[in-house]
Amino acid sequence: MIRVMCSGRVDLSFVLRAFANGMDGVFIGGCNLGECNYDTHGNYHALNMVLLAKKIMNHIGLNPDRLRVEYMSSGDGILFAEVMTDFTKKVKALGPLGKGEGLDEQELKSRLAAVSNLVPYIKIAKKEKLATPLKHKSKAEYEALFTSEEIDELLGKPVSYYIDPSKCQACMICARRCPEEAIISVKNQIHVIEQDKCIKCGTCFDVCPSRFGAVTKISGEPVPPPLPEEERTIKRTN
Amino acid sequence: MLSPGLEPYDPKLRNDYGYGKYENVVTSMDYERLLCATGPYQGEILRATDKKHPHKVAWIQCVGSRQVNPALGGNSYCSGVCCTYAQKQVILTKEHDAEAECTIFHNDIRSYNKDFERFYQRTENLPGVRFIRSYVSIGREIPESKNVTIRYTTPEGVKEEEFDMVVLSVGLNPPKEYEKLAGQFGIELNPYGFSKISPGNPMESTRPGVFVSGAFRGPTDIPESVFSASGAGSQIGELLDHRRGKLTKDRIYPPEKDVAQEEPRIGVFVCHCGANIGRVVDIPSTVEYALSLPNVVYAQEQLFSCASNSANEITEMTKEKGLNRVVVAACSPRTLEPLFRDTLREAGINQYFLEMANIREHNSWVHTKEKEESTKKAKDLIRMSVARARYLEPLQEYDLPVNKTALVVGGGLAGMTTALSIANQGHEVYLLEKEKDLGGMARRIGHTLEGLDVQEYLRDLIRKVYRHPSVHVYTDAIITETGGYVGNFLTKVRYDRRDIEIKHGVTVLATGADLYRPAEYLYGEDERVMTHLELDERIAHKDETLLNSESLVMIQCVGCRNEDRNYCSRVCCSESIKNALSLKELNPGMDIYILFRDIRTYGYYENYYREAAGKEVRFIRYEPEDKPHVEAVEEDGRKVLRVTVTDPVLGKKLEIDADHLALAAAVIPSADNDQVIQQFKVNANPDGFFKEAHVKLKPVDFVADGVYLCGMAHYPKFISETVSQAYGAAGRALTLLSHDTVVASGSVCVVNERKCMGCGACISSCTYGALDFVDTRQGKKAGVNPVLCKGCGLCNSKCPTGAISLKHYTDEEIISQIDAAMEF
Repeated sequence: MIRVMCSGRVDLSFVLRAFANGMDGVFIGGCNLGECNYDTHGNYHALNMVLLAKKIMNHIGLNPDRLRVEYMSSGDGILFAEVMTDFTKKVKALGPLGKGEGLDEQELKSRLAAVSNLVPYIKIAKKEKLATPLKHKSKAEYEALFTSEEIDELLGKPVSYYIDPSKCQACMICARRCPEEAIISVKNQIHVIEQDKCIKCGTCFDVCPSRFGAVTKISGEPVPPPLPEEERTIKRTN
Repeated sequence: MLSPGLEPYDPKLRNDYGYGKYENVVTSMDYERLLCATGPYQGEILRATDKKHPHKVAWIQCVGSRQVNPALGGNSYCSGVCCTYAQKQVILTKEHDAEAECTIFHNDIRSYNKDFERFYQRTENLPGVRFIRSYVSIGREIPESKNVTIRYTTPEGVKEEEFDMVVLSVGLNPPKEYEKLAGQFGIELNPYGFSKISPGNPMESTRPGVFVSGAFRGPTDIPESVFSASGAGSQIGELLDHRRGKLTKDRIYPPEKDVAQEEPRIGVFVCHCGANIGRVVDIPSTVEYALSLPNVVYAQEQLFSCASNSANEITEMTKEKGLNRVVVAACSPRTLEPLFRDTLREAGINQYFLEMANIREHNSWVHTKEKEESTKKAKDLIRMSVARARYLEPLQEYDLPVNKTALVVGGGLAGMTTALSIANQGHEVYLLEKEKDLGGMARRIGHTLEGLDVQEYLRDLIRKVYRHPSVHVYTDAIITETGGYVGNFLTKVRYDRRDIEIKHGVTVLATGADLYRPAEYLYGEDERVMTHLELDERIAHKDETLLNSESLVMIQCVGCRNEDRNYCSRVCCSESIKNALSLKELNPGMDIYILFRDIRTYGYYENYYREAAGKEVRFIRYEPEDKPHVEAVEEDGRKVLRVTVTDPVLGKKLEIDADHLALAAAVIPSADNDQVIQQFKVNANPDGFFKEAHVKLKPVDFVADGVYLCGMAHYPKFISETVSQAYGAAGRALTLLSHDTVVASGSVCVVNERKCMGCGACISSCTYGALDFVDTRQGKKAGVNPVLCKGCGLCNSKCPTGAISLKHYTDEEIISQIDAAMEF
């Protein structure tokens, strides 16, 4: 039981973290939709996050029923007890995480780790949809917010960013702007993106001066290996 | 202000219950002690005679109350609280011992207060619980077992049954030495020894400037006691407003130590909450467990962590052991977090170094039967809290200005009373009424049982409202929009084809209630059938045809205490009896029948019930599954309404030919309550009445800060009770309006510019406009205005890079809890 001030505070990464830790079910409780006491309607944000998380779970082979969001008021004690009892029963019926899905433990771990690393990328790619409250919509419209194809596409072929050694002028702009400090930048040395640190936000791509155009976006192909350190010095011709 | 409370009735005064003679006859107060963790057997229910659990327990209701002949000892009035407290004791007894057999001997079950009807059903539906309607007498004590017998009547005759323990549900008496108190303060008492109070202002004694609150005004339940106290406070505020704040001193806390660089040194305090947690969770083992956790340098148990000695202990131990984080494993932080934060401030460390593990509401209260598992869960929750505590950071709070104006929605008795009391303490008040006239439901009532002329009272009140320079009345007003937060609300109103904007610091919702329009008993089809309010109006107008009736029938509980409306409308029994007494006075020859389910004339209203019975108003009880039947017939040239009802005493059908029929129609939530609830973002209970922050302890507050409630929108109530609650709401509103600032939480967002990629996801998620782009050398980044931030954390979960974080609920803090949940 973890307290947050609004169900909208529940981050996609929290849900994945709980499953990665071996939790068999995750429940998010929020106020009744449309009855936010504080104007934020964060419960709609929680709903969108859950709809996305369920598709992601599906994509990696986890049963999406292990994640549930419910809305009720503080006066709904009895309903809350009923919902929790029901959820517990259903999760128990699904069996332990992974086993119920017929997934090998190591395989499950690596899939969850891989998708957890992509959370920033997913948040950026789905920014608009995550922020659009599905007010007065039907269940079918909820379901349609994120489609399986869209998630398969997103997670199947995530983009990568790569600095073309032949174009990089070592101006350090990208490195200064990278939120993750994932770019190795030394004066007069060709910059290199550390792929394991990179969150694929595309900031480097956006800020690389157009006259250089050194940052390239790669999709569906492996990223070329970085130049060996001794070959990174820029040979300027003047 | 006189608040001396009450004294429980002493059953030794009438020596007919064997109290003091038979050891296993105890009073409800004795039993309350038995249930208590600090009681004689540490919360075990044991018999004094053999220290064994009683298996068969009987409650005898109305001990010392509702006495027909008070000269023999006891009181004529109904104490009003015993039915429900006995049910509570039954529920607790069943929680102690699921096999216990509990029997309540009663005369009527008076579940007249909010949520009481459901509570009664919950008790009645427990296995092994019997409610028996019968007068009883104590038989004898059985020498070997010390069991006690009770004789009671059944349809088959008198029965004698043996019980292990008998609990006397004793009533409420005036406080000790009430005569001395009255003499000292120069106030008059009523015949029962309680303070005389004015029917139009039930906090006012007979001496100006002396106010009374709580049970000294007569038998009173907790919520009424609480709001009469706030209400009396508000009236005193009206007199002493010019002295407000003159004697206050700022509290001085020791300087805050900077512990940011220290290793976490965590102290864990585990609360028994009397028996609430301790009876279910093995507390000593959780303390031992806490000590095994990393960074925990100290742990102890406490009987009640919130008691002032325990709170002091937290402060002292924090200082002594050099703690820099404190985990209190107790109840929900909703009520007591401020208290425990204060203990940290007293110890000289930042108050945000407190973390609470809720092992009561989230644990012991819901897993009462699973002691082992709940002990394990308590350990899990403590471990998670300890994990989070390691990451807590010191935070500073903000002062926000308070707009000194009040908005009161609803211009009935409640709204007007609140508005005047607030205005009399020097604040501007905007009073909104949707109808074209002020007055609300009270416009339809002639006089009250106590003899108050309601119309005269109302005229006087309306005059005062209109004449008050600080009360601004808008009738025919429509609220189009409202928003803001405590101290700084903004409401838009459509009035007289204009749009008005009102800025206000507090809001009081007094939107009243409606009357159910009966669909049964020929209402609306036959003009001789009316509601009790229409009857009241026709009596006030001295309607000839009505007054010349030979016979009149009243049917109680029309439209409530059923599946659609599972509550009692509280006022109808007394309202019908009032009408019956008025009719008897105007036409003593009229035959009046009241068909009822339970007569719920609580408190002094009981005396009017007895008076009506004495004047030969006939009371006939009916069962909900065998409701009366009404048809219009003509007999011997007389057109009558023939009411058929089963007489439970005779056990056969009675036919009553009535000239008029009055239906005690339910009080129902106002039709536009839903809209008010949505606009002001407050809650309703399952019946559609406003849901207060705490049904007993915060009966005029909403959960949302700065919004208060009063009157019938909260629950059906009498005029005197409405006035009392309205003053109560004013008193609560003043606690805010009298301050220049409110403190805003330190749990707000902060941006780490280095990590911000300027995507704007946070900015679009913020409803309060607390976030905006700022230009930096590294391009556009998000910036926070912390005063506007409400701490919801939506921005935090939208941020891809973790550049924005909600203090006190950071990713690190929450993830530490998620991780700790799975460690064993």
